[in-house]
Order: sequence, then structure tokens, then C-alpha cells
Amino acid sequence: MIYDVNIDGTDYRLELAREGSGWKCRLNGREVALDAVLTRANVLSVVIEGTAYEVKRELTPVDLHFWVGSARYAAEVRDPRSLRSRRQASGAAHGVAKLVAPMPGKVVRLLVAEKAEVQAGQGVLVVEAMKMQNELKSPKKGVVQRIVAAPGAAVNAGDVLAIVE
Amino acid sequence: MFKKILIANRGEIAVRVMRACRELGIPAVAVYSEVDRASLHVRHADEAYFIGPAAATESYLNIETILDVARRSGADAIHPGYGFLSENPRFARACREAGVKFIGPTAEAMELLGSKTRARQAMERAGVPLVPGSSRGLEFDEAARVAAQVGYPIMLKAAAGGGGKGMRAVRSADELRSAFDSARSEAERAFGDGEIYIEKLIENPRHIEMQVLADEHGHTVWLGERECSVQRRHQKVLEESPSPIVDADMRRRMGEAAVKVAQTGGYTNAGTVEFLVDAGRKFYFLEVNTRLQVEHPVTEMVTGLDLVHLQIQIAAGESLPFRQEDVQLRGHAMECRIYAEDPDNNFFPSPGKITLLLVPAGPGIRRDSGMYEGWSVPLDYDPLLAKLIGYGSDRQQTIMRLRRALHEYFVGGIKTNISLFRRILKNPEFMAGKLDTGFLDRVLANPETDPVKKEHPEIAAIAAGVFAVLEQAPATRNGASGGSAPASSKAGSSGWKLAGRVESLQ
Repeated sequence: MIYDVNIDGTDYRLELAREGSGWKCRLNGREVALDAVLTRANVLSVVIEGTAYEVKRELTPVDLHFWVGSARYAAEVRDPRSLRSRRQASGAAHGVAKLVAPMPGKVVRLLVAEKAEVQAGQGVLVVEAMKMQNELKSPKKGVVQRIVAAPGAAVNAGDVLAIVE
Repeated sequence: MFKKILIANRGEIAVRVMRACRELGIPAVAVYSEVDRASLHVRHADEAYFIGPAAATESYLNIETILDVARRSGADAIHPGYGFLSENPRFARACREAGVKFIGPTAEAMELLGSKTRARQAMERAGVPLVPGSSRGLEFDEAARVAAQVGYPIMLKAAAGGGGKGMRAVRSADELRSAFDSARSEAERAFGDGEIYIEKLIENPRHIEMQVLADEHGHTVWLGERECSVQRRHQKVLEESPSPIVDADMRRRMGEAAVKVAQTGGYTNAGTVEFLVDAGRKFYFLEVNTRLQVEHPVTEMVTGLDLVHLQIQIAAGESLPFRQEDVQLRGHAMECRIYAEDPDNNFFPSPGKITLLLVPAGPGIRRDSGMYEGWSVPLDYDPLLAKLIGYGSDRQQTIMRLRRALHEYFVGGIKTNISLFRRILKNPEFMAGKLDTGFLDRVLANPETDPVKKEHPEIAAIAAGVFAVLEQAPATRNGASGGSAPASSKAGSSGWKLAGRVESLQ
């Protein structure tokens, strides 16, 4: 398998295949003597030439991170053959942007109306969780095409609340 | 001894009290709101009763409902934990009237100590050192006179106060009028009582408290201090015992003052007397917390006592099983409060599902927790998830053990303040024991000087690929990975699947 992996903004080309009980691994064209064992769900024990790493995978509805020891890395994994992932990768830069609830909570109020123009960083709506209010901001300059959430509505992490175009 | 104990609380403290019940052979009754059915305290209980909607006012704060559960379950005592109804004299009185023992002080002691001005008057008469100021509510003209007498800066405080409400620091006479008016109206709104009094403002104090224990036969003992100066916005974050600045003589004087406070207030059961300590190590009585404190494990570690066992025994009418001279303090203990909040985003609360939980263990580590992997942290309550307590033969060893344990601790899926403790525990001022209540705000005002180094992005990249391969070809997985299949396929497996899933939520 070939994967394009982005870690904290840096791209890596990873060639990876099972070989018996072990692995064949090339990272950016360089061979790596990889020994990796899944010890429990989301926890990988990696040994490379005698150095041991514990890698934790953290998956939420909105993002993917890997922790190596106490360091946290934002990750994106793309299978270059997948059309959908290519579209997803280019979609964020221009066109439609979604405002996604980062945590479960309740929509307290809307700060702008549909069809309003917003600047990047401008508040669109307010979500309350654990007795604190959090303003969700537009990721880009544009027009609020749709506000999906109504005041008073309960939302889950990952729910799309508004769409800015 | 009691036949059955109802725990009128949730989260880690409910679990902690249930553990004591089990150790004493007493069945424990849990209560839970709509969003707490799957919470850990229900799993630990012998009996569990639904008490209403998520809103605490309709469940954990509902006196009638809780007493009704006590009646139905046949519980003859109620442990209130901390927060919720624990310091509510109406609840203590209602328990008494219902013939159920409230495990804590009497309603009368709570009322006396709950009013800051009444408590100050009583302590003044008993000769307990107080912050200079007034011991009764003041009108503006009197306030101006008292302020000039004790000298600026001063604090305006609400007699009924708590949680920083109705509190104002005033640095000069010309600020007094507007501060007085706003403190009064805030106190009226918050407590329905606009009584305001004055205390001299002690700059950069330490916050040190003394644990006391009183039985119902007139015996009161002190169990050593806890240093609680590491706070963020009046919220304690880390506590330790002993305090780096308290020596044996100061400890005895503070302990004796605390015992005098408890006796003056007619106090019974476990309680905490809070003191402010100035730069010259002079201490002043601040207030009494009439409950078991969040940070009680720190005292348990250095005394070897179980405070919840003792609370239950005292409430059952037993005498204290030891005298003051039997209390021995040994070693050093420190507690980190693990909150569901994001230190990189202004400590915003972070409820949600815990997708992965790896817990520390080993020498000198205790963990009092209300969470488990797969549990969704509800958004309706206090964000305290767990307490990590370290114990060692001295302060240095305790700090190193906690640093090691924090390295083992992993909570995935939600944000926690675990990284904040790594920062505190390697701070040079903290290491030197130089603390005051402004310490943490000063640390947080500066950018982190020694962040976790990101040395292995390539390992993260390789791991990302390994997960993708393992989840794509389940047939070729080795035995060790077999257990992950159901959980991971349910949670969405790799990055590109995840992206598709988020997209489909539109």
C-alpha cells in the first residue's frame, strides 16, 4: 500500500506492506526496519532498530491525532488511489467551509443570519457546554449559506452547524 | 453502624465514598440523573435510583427526591460528598427530620460558619487570628472609615459570599464608592443578601488549610495542613501536604487555631479551616469548608488515615479512635486535579467520549477517578474527571513520581489539563516551593519555555500507515491485534474513512 501522510503540515510518502508477521516499510523512499504490534485498540508498540515507541491514536469525529510519548501530532492519511480523499483534500482550501461543533453542547444563540457576509474569525454562533459559552468562528471570509442549528438545539461533536461559502 | 448509606453525589467522589462503604461492609445506594445512567458511580453501587433530568436543580439538588430514595431504599445515612447539597443546612435539617443521619456537621454549625460575618464575630471572641477588618455588615460611610483605618488596599466581601461573587479589591479611597455599590448589587443578585464587610487585602498570599476531625463527644483533632496556592481563577488545581513553608511549630499553632475554630462553631465530623498566609508567614483565619474536600486524599496519604471511614464512624456515634498525639505525619503527598478542559484553548470545557484511557500505576501513585474508556463525559456538571495523587518520602521524590505517572496517563477523545501539570511540576519556582495564589496566573501569562519536543513526526507517519493497513486487511492481522476490530470499525477507522464520515454528516 502507498499512503500520503501529512503530519503537522509535512507530507510523507509511505510504502507499507505486511511481510510474514513483520513489515516492509519505506518512508520517503528510505527503507525502515519496522517492527510494529497493535497491543490494544488504538495503541501501537513500535520498535525500530532497538528504539521503542508507544504510539496512541486519538480519533474524534472532527480530527485525527497520533501521540508519540507525550507529543501530539495532527495527522491526515490519504490513499492516493481514493478519489474521494483527493476531493476532500482540495475542498478545504476554497469553496465551501463547514462550521463543526468541536464538542457536544447546546446552541445558545446565533450571532449572524443566513446570507450574511462574515469575515474569517468572525463569530457565527454560540455553543454552551459545562456551563461555559464558546463562540464558534467562521474559518473563512464568505457568505453564510446555511445555518443548520437552531437556538436551544442539542448538538454532538462533529455536527455541522453552519456552512460558509 | 449504619445498615445502608445513600451517596447524594456523582463522579469520582461518589465512587470514592462507595469504596469506603464496601470496605466497611455497608451497602451503598447511588442516585443518578438522566445523563448519568452509564456513569462509574452507578456501576460501583449496590443499589441505584433514577432521580430526574440532567439539570442538577431537578436531580442532585432536589432534597425531596433524594430523601424519598433514602426512604424507599431503607438507607439510614446520607453522604453528601462535596458540592451539590454538601454545605446546605436546609438539607442537613431535612435529613434529621426524616430520621436519616447526615454524614457531616449539624445544620446549626453550617449556618454559623456559612455566614462570614457571624463566623468572624465568633472567631474574634475566641481569639483566633483574623485578617484585619470589620466583622459585621457596613453601610458606605462606615465602610469608608474602616477602610481608612485598616489601610488600602482592602477587599470588599459579601457576608453570604462564595465563589468570588460580591468580592472586590479596592486599591484607593476614590475607587471605594463604585466598588461598594457593584459588590452590594452583585451579592444581592447572587445570594439575596447585600451585606458587605471589609478585610484588609493581603497581597500575594498563600492559601493553606488545616484538616480537622471532630466526633460527637467533644474530641477534636487536627491532621496537618494542605498547601492550596496553585489556583486558576480561585479554582484549586494542585494541592500538597505538607506545605513547603510550614514547620512543626507553625503547624501546631495553625492546628490549634483550627481546633479552636471548630470547637467555637460546634463543629462535628470532617471539616477544613482555611487560612491566608502572608509573606511573613503570619496566618489569618479565612473560612471553614463544612464538608469533605476534593483534596482530602493528600491528607490521607501523609497521615495513613481514611477520612471517609472516619466520617462514617463519627456519624454513627463512635468516638475518635486516636488522640492528637497519635497523629503522625509521614512523607509528602501531592494531588493533580484532572479536568476535562483544554489548556490550549483558554481552559474551555471539553466534554465528549473518552475513546482511549491509559492509566498510571506503580509506586506512590493513587488515582481517584470517575471516568472509564468508552464513557461520554456529560456537559452538565463540574469538569473534574479524576485526581492523580502522588506520594513519596519527600517533596522531590513525589514530584518525580507524578511526572512519571503523568507520562503514563493518557486520556484520548477529549481534552484534559494533563499537560498543564507537566508544566507546573517542572517550573523552577514550583520546584523551589515558592508559591502564592498568583503563581499559576503568572506561569500561564508567559509562553511555555520548555514545551514537549516533537522529535518523531516520522514515527507518527509510520504509525498512521500501520493502522490503515491493519484495518484494511483484517484477515492478515496477527493475534495481538484481534481485539481491536469491533471498537475501531465502529469508531471509524482511518483518516480517509473519517473524512468521508464527517462529510456525510452534512
